[in-house]
Amino acid sequence: MKKNAPALTFPKPPARPNESPDFSSVDVGVAGELGVPPIDIVAADCRPYANGLIRVLNDEGHAVGPWADFIDDVDLEFLTQGLRDMMTIRTLDQRMLNAQRQGKTSFYVQCTGEEAIGCAFQRQLQPGDMNFPTYRQQSLLIAAGYSMELLMGQLYSNELDPMQGRQLPVMHSSRKDGFFSISGNLGTQYIQAVGWAMANALTDDGKITAGWIGDGATASNDFHSALLCASVYQPPIVLNIVNNQWAISTYTGVASGKSRTYAARARGYGIPSLRVDGNDYLAVCAVSRWALTRVRQGYGPVAIEWFTYRTAPHSTSDDPSAYRPRDEAKAWPLGDPIDRLKQHLIVNEAWSEERHVQTQAQLLDEITTTQKAVEAHGTLVDNKPLSPALMFNEVFAEMPEHLRRQRQESGF
Amino acid sequence: MAMSMVEALRDAMDVKLAEDPGVVIFGEDVGYFGGVFRCTAGLQEKYGEQRVFDTPINESAIVGMAIGMATHGMRPCVEMQFADYMYPAYDQITQEAARMRFRSNGQFTCPMVIRMPTGGGIFGGQTHSQSPEALFTHVAGLKTVIPSTPYDAKGLLIAAIEDPDPVIFLEPKRLYNGPFNGDHQAKSVSWSQHPDGEVPPDHYTVPLGKAAIRCSGNEVTVLAYGTMVYVAQAAAEESGVDAEIIDLRTLLPLDLDTVQQSVEKTGRCVVVHEATKTSGFGAELIAEVQEACFWHLKAPIQRITGWDAPYPHAAEWDYFPGPKRLGAALVKAMKY
Ligand SMILES: Cc1ncc(C[n+]2csc(CCOP(=O)(O)OP(=O)(O)O)c2C)c(N)n1
Ligand SMILES: [Mg+2]
Repeated sequence: MKKNAPALTFPKPPARPNESPDFSSVDVGVAGELGVPPIDIVAADCRPYANGLIRVLNDEGHAVGPWADFIDDVDLEFLTQGLRDMMTIRTLDQRMLNAQRQGKTSFYVQCTGEEAIGCAFQRQLQPGDMNFPTYRQQSLLIAAGYSMELLMGQLYSNELDPMQGRQLPVMHSSRKDGFFSISGNLGTQYIQAVGWAMANALTDDGKITAGWIGDGATASNDFHSALLCASVYQPPIVLNIVNNQWAISTYTGVASGKSRTYAARARGYGIPSLRVDGNDYLAVCAVSRWALTRVRQGYGPVAIEWFTYRTAPHSTSDDPSAYRPRDEAKAWPLGDPIDRLKQHLIVNEAWSEERHVQTQAQLLDEITTTQKAVEAHGTLVDNKPLSPALMFNEVFAEMPEHLRRQRQESGF
Repeated sequence: MAMSMVEALRDAMDVKLAEDPGVVIFGEDVGYFGGVFRCTAGLQEKYGEQRVFDTPINESAIVGMAIGMATHGMRPCVEMQFADYMYPAYDQITQEAARMRFRSNGQFTCPMVIRMPTGGGIFGGQTHSQSPEALFTHVAGLKTVIPSTPYDAKGLLIAAIEDPDPVIFLEPKRLYNGPFNGDHQAKSVSWSQHPDGEVPPDHYTVPLGKAAIRCSGNEVTVLAYGTMVYVAQAAAEESGVDAEIIDLRTLLPLDLDTVQQSVEKTGRCVVVHEATKTSGFGAELIAEVQEACFWHLKAPIQRITGWDAPYPHAAEWDYFPGPKRLGAALVKAMKY
């Protein structure tokens, strides 16, 4: 069709508030349909994996297809732990959201609906590997067994906070747990991850790197820099893209444009890329293992688009009912990661509704107990402030004279 | 009409969108949602997405597109979601927009506005609290504006959109919904209870490059802008010093005449800003004042600023230059 004059397009989400959620244009394929590519696959051969969707769990909760076979050594005990990890972060998210509402902390970000991605990925990493996460990947810390006290201490900016109150809540950092310091500035970590991975190779330290970015932030310059430099130097890195359909109020189409998928975009840079159901714990487990093995064996970088849905508001500062249908999350065709793994475990007689309820109660109890203990060290409501003088530390390795003078002047 | 600063800014854009088909508004979350601080709420609905639209999260793309449109002859007014996120656009702003007129000898120009919320006081931590004004005033070819009242916000924004050159428009986010004097424990006040919350509905401008005397006094001149204007008023009240408080409103071009007249009258000067101290805009002010008013000065010029550390989260109120620190500086200036 010929048009009379050029006109701009402005991408729109399938539904706005007061409309019915509509995911009819989302093609979720069929579980078990896609194969496991050879470990040394090149980008040119990755088209089906970058445009399709790797799924393992079918609607009945069975693990099916070649990717299920690829992880057939993964036992039910391991998966039960996976379920526990996801239930832990979801419970924590709920508790911390409430704490923020009670004014005990200034800010919080939940990862509801996206728990499988970080939880399953982390359990395929090895000690010494490094994640470069965003603010929505606390699930990595949970699965890494990070101390709940330190985690909550950071959220309350109290004396348990390893960063001594310097950072906004959720901007964690734990070098020994493979969790790089979080920046508020989107995208910056992605190219830094490439640099870290280059250092893995240059120093031959035997470790690998994982970069993380949201769909919205793929628009940043640093995303493109990272893909380019990963393609050029072939460092040992897995470049994760968490496509949860939204960037605050902005629909993912504003970041993707007419590209079919984010995996396809990475493939355009010459990086083998796959697209995976991020709400399917087994799919995340299988593809993470494949990708990390490939990278570790020196076959070069991989990009993975984790296809998911941001069930939670962007943050405690956001009210999504202003820009999307209230019940959109319920309509997401790939369901909820906890429900789906639970179903799988029940079908395999490794879990039951009663155990689920019991575990839920037990986790809530544990987390609430820790929370009380951590809150005793201070919250925004019951403030036991750290010394303000701390803000002059760690600006430099050694405090220069002008800062020393300012600290004196401050009287802290 | 009583308006908050958010509403006044929106009204300025509304007036210009209606008047001038060349005006377009874009940025992250500004279209359908109306901006994370709601400054553009309702504008897309009113003017359509050709005029008001959402962009990908890429600040250099936002400014780069604006430069393309501005050089073509349109008048884009774009938003950086936080001043802290303008850094990816710094190349486009300082190396391109700022010098386009100069390098093409006026063939291509950039009549455009880049709005950005600035300053702390909202527990935003190091990436939602910065005050980067000196990074703009240091660049040849940029005008830098920062209002402190809804009335000025509207008049200055209209003037900025109509200006033939690129204007950095800093919005003190702590003033969006009401004046704030630095006492974070006090109940927040809304603009509807403040005389400067009264904003005429139609087109008017507040000229760029003109300071305002917020309260006249005889003993010390306080040079302030943005949130610090109210901190200065509180400091003067609490310390009992008879201060003349000048709200600079435009940092570049600076209204040196108003500053000079005041300092010649009072013989004392205190400079205040929230940004870090070293190489901050305060240093520029002090240099200008001592050059212009040296023989009138009875005391060394005092400077109160944020500390030379990144904005901390928990210790926010120990970082923020509040009325106590400023009041002490006023008293100190009086001791000479
Ligand atoms: C450089 C930069 N620009 C803008 C922002 C403001 N901002 C914070 S989160 C966000 C949306 C990010 O969306 P996405 O990358 O999809 O991640 P998600 O929140 O969905 O996990 C925006 C625009 C920022 N933090 N940094
Ligand atoms: Mg997103």
